[in-house]
Amino acid sequence: MKILTANDLATGDVVWWAGDGWSRLLAQAVDTASEGDAIGKREEAARHVVSAYVVDAEMTADGPRPAHIKERIRGLGPTVRPDLTLKPEAGDLTAWVI
Amino acid sequence: MYQYDNYDQAMVDARVAEFRDQVSRRLEGKLTEEQFRPLRLMNGLYLQLHAYMLRVAVPYGTLSGRQMRMLGHIARKYDRGYGHFTTRQNIQYNWIKLSDAPDILADLASVEMHAIQTSGNCIRNISSDQYAGVAADEVADPRPWAELMRQWSSFHPEFSYLPRKFKIAVIASPEDRAAMRLHDIGLELVKRDGVIGARVFVGGGMGRTPMVAPEVNPFVTEDEIIAYVEACLRVYNRYGRRDNKYKARIKILVHELGVEEYRRQVAEEFAHMKALGLNPPREELARIAAYFADPAYEGGLPDALDRSDPDFALWVDRNVATHKQPGYAIVNISLKPIGGIPGDASADQIELMADLAERYSMDELRVTHAQNIVLPYVRKAELYALWQELHAAGLGEPNLDLVTDIIACPGLDYCSLANARSIPVAQKIAQRFAGNGKDAHIGELKLKISGCINACGHHHAGHIGILGVDRKGTENYQLLLGGSGAEDCSLGTITGPGFDENGIVDAVEKATDLYLRERAEGERFLDTYRRLGMAPFKEAIYG
Ligand code: HEM
Ligand code: SF4
Repeated sequence: MKILTANDLATGDVVWWAGDGWSRLLAQAVDTASEGDAIGKREEAARHVVSAYVVDAEMTADGPRPAHIKERIRGLGPTVRPDLTLKPEAGDLTAWVI
Repeated sequence: MYQYDNYDQAMVDARVAEFRDQVSRRLEGKLTEEQFRPLRLMNGLYLQLHAYMLRVAVPYGTLSGRQMRMLGHIARKYDRGYGHFTTRQNIQYNWIKLSDAPDILADLASVEMHAIQTSGNCIRNISSDQYAGVAADEVADPRPWAELMRQWSSFHPEFSYLPRKFKIAVIASPEDRAAMRLHDIGLELVKRDGVIGARVFVGGGMGRTPMVAPEVNPFVTEDEIIAYVEACLRVYNRYGRRDNKYKARIKILVHELGVEEYRRQVAEEFAHMKALGLNPPREELARIAAYFADPAYEGGLPDALDRSDPDFALWVDRNVATHKQPGYAIVNISLKPIGGIPGDASADQIELMADLAERYSMDELRVTHAQNIVLPYVRKAELYALWQELHAAGLGEPNLDLVTDIIACPGLDYCSLANARSIPVAQKIAQRFAGNGKDAHIGELKLKISGCINACGHHHAGHIGILGVDRKGTENYQLLLGGSGAEDCSLGTITGPGFDENGIVDAVEKATDLYLRERAEGERFLDTYRRLGMAPFKEAIYG
């Protein structure tokens, strides 16, 4: 699947396209198929987000899992600060990232 | 310490107002990201893997207690309660909101700080020796020259759009604590027949094409340093490669022209500059230098220490350096607790260090390129009381220059340019060597980790260097041996194929085990490596 990520323009928070708007949770990212770039451009023009880009991912039981480690860390937060990640309930963060 | 005059303050205040306006125009849609990006970068605001990141300049690494307290305040109020001290003696905040950025800059301006020229193709924050003014071996305090250059380079119209970023370091001791020869321009102040001048090194750097700067001039008198540096930059600004980002640093120009030809062109330009009378008047240097005059040291203070607490004695031996003034000591605060994040400090810790500077160190701190903090003016009689407070706050790690005192860039945990994470590797190595007790046994060993070829973590200059690479989407680490950023400057050599995260920790241990077996009396790891060469290390690591 192809998911879309960006940063919220005003706060800089990492966000994912959730179909009807942006979510801070990677788990809510939806497949944007071939629409990702167009949605990204539209949302940037509307000044909701900045730096939108499409990411390859696969659907898993826990939700979408980006193909590259960079976006897995982007989705989760820094692996060295589990107190700041968005998935504190996930037992083994490293296993999810690597 | 230097204090802003009206010009300095007016410049910084004007920049805050300008950026406030730019941010609101961006948020209102009057500026596109393409238009806004260069403007935010001019104010140190990057967009990183997780959020906006703000890089704040700490000129030549010197801070007052009040400034340090403000850095803590910013971490608490606008960030997530911590900041990251960098190899360029600056601090970075990882979780900044664009809408807060103008307020942060205004807070910084209220304590004579800013984020100007911490990004972009301009002259960046000037770095210096963290022991400036207190080292026993210096010929002069290098900071007046660093400050003079800060003023000269701030908003310098000719050098605001150089081919690439430009980093200058100034030191004044034969011992190089600032990686001077790995800067675009490195100046070493020296004395000749009673006159102060500078040895000028040009074209050093790391990144994808690491180079040790060659000496371009053995002695430029103190009155002509600015004009000479200006001439060095002019030649670069004219001929530096603007066509290729990867060949745009001055090191490539110096290398391609050859140092002889570059020197000749600079001399020609310098002769021209001299006629223009661009050197600042002596009085200006004297005015600045007065801010860096020695503080009122007390005479007759005791040098003796009560070493009966063994933990304290260990810390003194590792982290306290000799001061030029009897009765005083230079204290290094390690930001490398075992298993912690190199260079990170919490808002509480930053505020505590501000407090300790006020109470124990004549209100002054320094940031080191090794991502530690220095208190430069501590009475020896107060070392024990200071250590107890540091120790209680997790700031008393006795590991300066040991294998656990690792330089690490933010890597893939924070940086969007990264190939691999740096911090977890640093943590694992520190835990391994502190756990088996080999750290103290090995002694001085500078280990430096970068998460990509940009080399923010100085891996080329590590006695042991580690470089993160991307191998088909997985993190992989290359090992380098034999680098040094000190006066015996050299670049490390890659050992061979890379390793995964656990493999690299094992490889480092194999290399250091060989050293422990082979070292001659008094040899550091680096010395043994230089004596034996790569072959036996390769054998130990891969054999
Ligand atoms: C996270 C945001 C950062 C970005 C986007 C970034 C980007 C870069 C880039 C692109 C280069 C290579 C420049 C070149 O070779 O022309 C570089 C070099 C460097 N950066 Fe960073 N960096 C970041 C963070 C840091 C940090 C945290 C430190 C300090 C720990 C740092 C210190 C340096 C140093 C010392 C160099 C080497 C300069 C040289 O090549 O001589 N940077 N950085
Ligand atoms: S070395 Fe690479 S990974 Fe590390 S901070 Fe610099 S750009 Fe990022």
